[in-house]
Amino acid sequence: MADRRRITVSAVGDLALVRFLDRKIVDPSNIEEVGDEIFQLLEKDKFKNVILNFDGVEFLGSAALNKLIMMDKKVKAAAGKLRLCALRAEIMEVFTITKLSRVFDIKKTEADALKAFGVDI
Amino acid sequence: MADTAWEWSLHEHIPSSSVSGHELIERYIRVLEQFGWDGRDLFHVQLAVEEAIVNAITHGNHESPDKTVEVELHVSRLATSMRIQDQGAGFCPDALPDPTEDENLESPHGRGVMLIKQMMDKVDYNARGNQVTMLKRRSESAG
Repeated sequence: MADRRRITVSAVGDLALVRFLDRKIVDPSNIEEVGDEIFQLLEKDKFKNVILNFDGVEFLGSAALNKLIMMDKKVKAAAGKLRLCALRAEIMEVFTITKLSRVFDIKKTEADALKAFGVDI
Repeated sequence: MADTAWEWSLHEHIPSSSVSGHELIERYIRVLEQFGWDGRDLFHVQLAVEEAIVNAITHGNHESPDKTVEVELHVSRLATSMRIQDQGAGFCPDALPDPTEDENLESPHGRGVMLIKQMMDKVDYNARGNQVTMLKRRSESAG
């Protein structure tokens, strides 16, 4: 398994359940690392679907949003699906204001996101 | 500018690096917390100052070691103001594409400036477009 510094990953079949280790996703080099580590899940580890669980993430800015858009495109290009979950209210407001809530499939809880992939826990 | 007397102020020129920018933002956030800022208001200020300083460092000064970003911050329990100026050519915020239009939703441009406008009570750019001044009043100022 790859040496990961920014995320933890649990595998559920071809689904990667990703959690973030940073409370704030702001520093450009950290955002790059987060992106690289998630891209590796698709390209190297051959996961098809991804859940990003934002539990514990307190802050992110537009640079992180741009990276998420790139991830979404990459997952879709590989015929997979990206879902986000457990966003705190302030971060959800950012998705709503920017209308990115229309681009991303956002679920309230990790259980909801898993269920949307047909995984019952 | 605000209808309150400032209780803490800072005026510094910082290097055009994200490390310096984030160090300053962390200091500012800690001060805001000391003055009772929290929750949604604190998040809005953090987002606005983050977007403005990152814009100044990356788009304004192009991370040049020869250029600095001038930051002036004021804090009270009721309001906070931020003035951020870079040494770049400036930009016209009104000329940016609307990032919420369907055709721009997945474009990386204009989202930070739009978020600043949405989350602050007052936003002004100077004529050259290399300085932004922002004001945020606390919505729950009982504390």
